[in-house]
Amino acid sequence: MEPSEHLFRRESGRMVAVLTRIFGVHNLALAEDVVQDAFCRALETWAFRGVPENPSAWLMTAAKNRALDVLRRERTARTFAPELTRQLESEWTLAPTVEEEFGPAAVRDDELRMMFSCCSPRLSEEAQVALILHILCGFSVDETASAFVSSHAAVEKRIVRSKKVLAGSKKLFDISGAEDFARRLPAVQRALYLLFNEGYHGASPEKAVRVELCQEALRLTSILSKNPLGATPSTYALAALMSLNAARLPARLDLSGNLTVLAEQDRSQFDQALAEEGLRLLERSATGPELSDYHVEAAIAWVHTSAQRTEDTDWAMIISLYDKLMAIRPSPIVALNRAIAIAQRDGPQRGLEEIHAIQDAERLAKYPFYHAALGELEIGTGHLEEAREHFGVALKLARNPMERSFFEHRIGACK
Amino acid sequence: MSEFVYLYRGGSREGSPEQMQQVMQKWMAWFKELAEKGHIKDRGQPLERSGRLVKGKQKTVTDGPFAEAKDVVGGYTLVEARDLEHAVELSKGCPIFEREGAVEVRPVMKINM
Repeated sequence: MEPSEHLFRRESGRMVAVLTRIFGVHNLALAEDVVQDAFCRALETWAFRGVPENPSAWLMTAAKNRALDVLRRERTARTFAPELTRQLESEWTLAPTVEEEFGPAAVRDDELRMMFSCCSPRLSEEAQVALILHILCGFSVDETASAFVSSHAAVEKRIVRSKKVLAGSKKLFDISGAEDFARRLPAVQRALYLLFNEGYHGASPEKAVRVELCQEALRLTSILSKNPLGATPSTYALAALMSLNAARLPARLDLSGNLTVLAEQDRSQFDQALAEEGLRLLERSATGPELSDYHVEAAIAWVHTSAQRTEDTDWAMIISLYDKLMAIRPSPIVALNRAIAIAQRDGPQRGLEEIHAIQDAERLAKYPFYHAALGELEIGTGHLEEAREHFGVALKLARNPMERSFFEHRIGACK
Repeated sequence: MSEFVYLYRGGSREGSPEQMQQVMQKWMAWFKELAEKGHIKDRGQPLERSGRLVKGKQKTVTDGPFAEAKDVVGGYTLVEARDLEHAVELSKGCPIFEREGAVEVRPVMKINM
């Protein structure tokens, strides 16, 4: 039997989370060592004896046994989690306590606790996302760097520093306090949103990495939505937005959802089950007065997903949703997407006017698809010379070979 | 056909979860290939890296490890091959070489009476 894909990566986050809970956040490095040891043991014994029936449980048990060894050996030399110290001291309570901490419900809470701890206000958004990817999704420094298209050195520095902040925070975030939970929830949602977007719109040339980022973001959001305090309308909206966009992922031509690509999507490849799940989540998100930006983005994704053909898209609806999004969370990117939708409804000339009217457009100067959108609309108005220039700029800004070949292809179309 | 023992020595224990899983899968694929070709007599066992060494007339007991980490035997397999050259050739597919490890190939002693 073959273990399921990314099994180790997925279990890594769960094991680090539960071990950090038992050892205390200051012993994060020790928790990571124990997890590495569990993987070594799995590698060696599974290779010789075959994959066990329940590989996840096997890994968890290996980590648990190793944790018991460490606790027995080092309890006089080290301090572990302050809230568990008493139970870990006595041999009478040690094993039952550890056993309980490794129960499925406890592990899920530990993942959530770790998620909230990673989103400390002392860390930048970028650092929070990198830390989540590293600790909870089991991405190494190199894998994180390749997902973010950053250099190894930059990501390593960020992760090492963030881990220091986390380990120095003395205690993991307390997820039982409703007030603190609600206060930190937006940051957690935001980090998961950014993680998803890194996969969906990110520049990483490796398609596989991008799908994995989206899947991981979905997995963590679903943990959040299973917690009574985490199951808010905006969390459901976030999960809906991810599901509806992920449903379209198989049909995407590897590039950001700009207009040409959208028109060329093969809709028969949409993941119908995921789209239906997205719709169900969207309905659950509409249970209160709260209208978050996630609600609006999920609704936009739903309009795109539900159209049978690109030309069936309800552009008027999409424009009005972008208007709402501009009111809640204005940004040049949102304005650009709104302008593209207007071009779809009212023609390329109107689209160009809207793009030229974007405030802070200079913040888009380095975004290749800003120039590509201009180029696309100039083709529409018959200004091929201008179009070629815009695609030329986009080509210079391209972040990976796929984008480069796409822009070259578009330059070829300006004839 | 003769019998040989592969002793797996050293090998990095570092790597990301994804890399560890890939290494494990390579080992499984390698064993599978050897087994399908009928070379595996006994897949063998992995060994703990630690243990005790009992030595000399005094039977002095010392804690392992007994060799430098890069030389510690981490497991063994009993294989069948035509001759030593063939056994060596077969060992070259072992994933341990990608991880700074080594395979020691030792013929099982034959007694021709």
